[in-house]
Amino acid sequence: MTNVAVHVEGPQQSLQAHVHDTIASGATHAKGQQHPIKLYLVVWGWLFVLSTCSYLVDYFGIHGNLRWSLICLFMVLKAGLIVAVFMHMAWERLALAYAILLPPVLVLVFVSIMVFESDYTHLLRLLFFAAST
Amino acid sequence: MAETAVTNTGQPTTLIAGLPGIAADWSSDQRAFKNVSWGKAMMWIFLLSDTFIFSCFLLSYMTARTSTTVPWPNPSEVFALNLGGRHIPLILIAIMTFILISSSGTMAMAVNFGYRHDRVRTAALMLATAAFGATFVCMQGFEWTKLIMEGVRPWGNPWGAEQFGACFFLITGFHGTHVTIGVIFLIAIARKVFRGDFDVERRGFFTSRKGYYEIVEITGLYWHFVDLVWVFIFAFFYLW
Repeated sequence: MTNVAVHVEGPQQSLQAHVHDTIASGATHAKGQQHPIKLYLVVWGWLFVLSTCSYLVDYFGIHGNLRWSLICLFMVLKAGLIVAVFMHMAWERLALAYAILLPPVLVLVFVSIMVFESDYTHLLRLLFFAAST
Repeated sequence: MAETAVTNTGQPTTLIAGLPGIAADWSSDQRAFKNVSWGKAMMWIFLLSDTFIFSCFLLSYMTARTSTTVPWPNPSEVFALNLGGRHIPLILIAIMTFILISSSGTMAMAVNFGYRHDRVRTAALMLATAAFGATFVCMQGFEWTKLIMEGVRPWGNPWGAEQFGACFFLITGFHGTHVTIGVIFLIAIARKVFRGDFDVERRGFFTSRKGYYEIVEITGLYWHFVDLVWVFIFAFFYLW
């Protein structure tokens, strides 16, 4: 019978915890994500500004390190705004945020491996194939 | 027998905040994600797996581009258009970017109105999102047609490295497929919202389960992800 009690108790507790958590995080309603429309409009505006900026990088033909750093900066800012506000990750519990956001960051390890690998391939092609073409 | 269930005193269990909360949530009983439904958690996990797929595509593109000894075609020139007698670099892609961002904005507001149970506005905003998405796919179709007419193939193109076509068709094609699926998904859910399925808790014809307005947010997660992927494609493929 204690087993039954535990099973009945579980969902109720988590439901109350959910309600408590949303109230604690400042949401007006107990159910779902509620934020003022203005917040979305502001983020929307910023996304437009950042996209325009990254387009202007290409339009004015900026080259070299400045180009790469500007493109990456605008990209990361846009991605951050979309994930944090539009996808509501800023208001989720850290257990979910870390479970979802940490693994893609580890892709950077894969990126660094492939940078070495492709540089090596490039070197081999220069050494053995470039002369014949 | 029945009294055992009353042991729940009604006291809310306090959730631990911050970094210790991660350990507490993950080591706790029954579920790791305390404040999200299974539907939302599963959409997030699906999006994580999709992130890996797109990461692999962009990585293989990076590898192909870094290792080739032939110069890479200049995307700024390849995707330029003549508008009103002027030669504007990358303009089509810029317009597509703005369209997709606008669709993300309308989607975010649809989620907001959904949680306020404003079914007409929610459905209207979702349909607006779907319309933006369909416009995006049409423009991508135009872009593909233009490039194919100019002789771009997965195995070659007139301007430089042969891998350009393969990378382009794979990455934008896969993204366009995601947008198309998103448009279908949006229209299906918008129809349910407009019909009032989530107000009367009508059971789904396939699952026989009640739906809730949360499905609007889950659809929104997928749609914002499509926009998110485009942010990376725009930066790495078109601007780099």
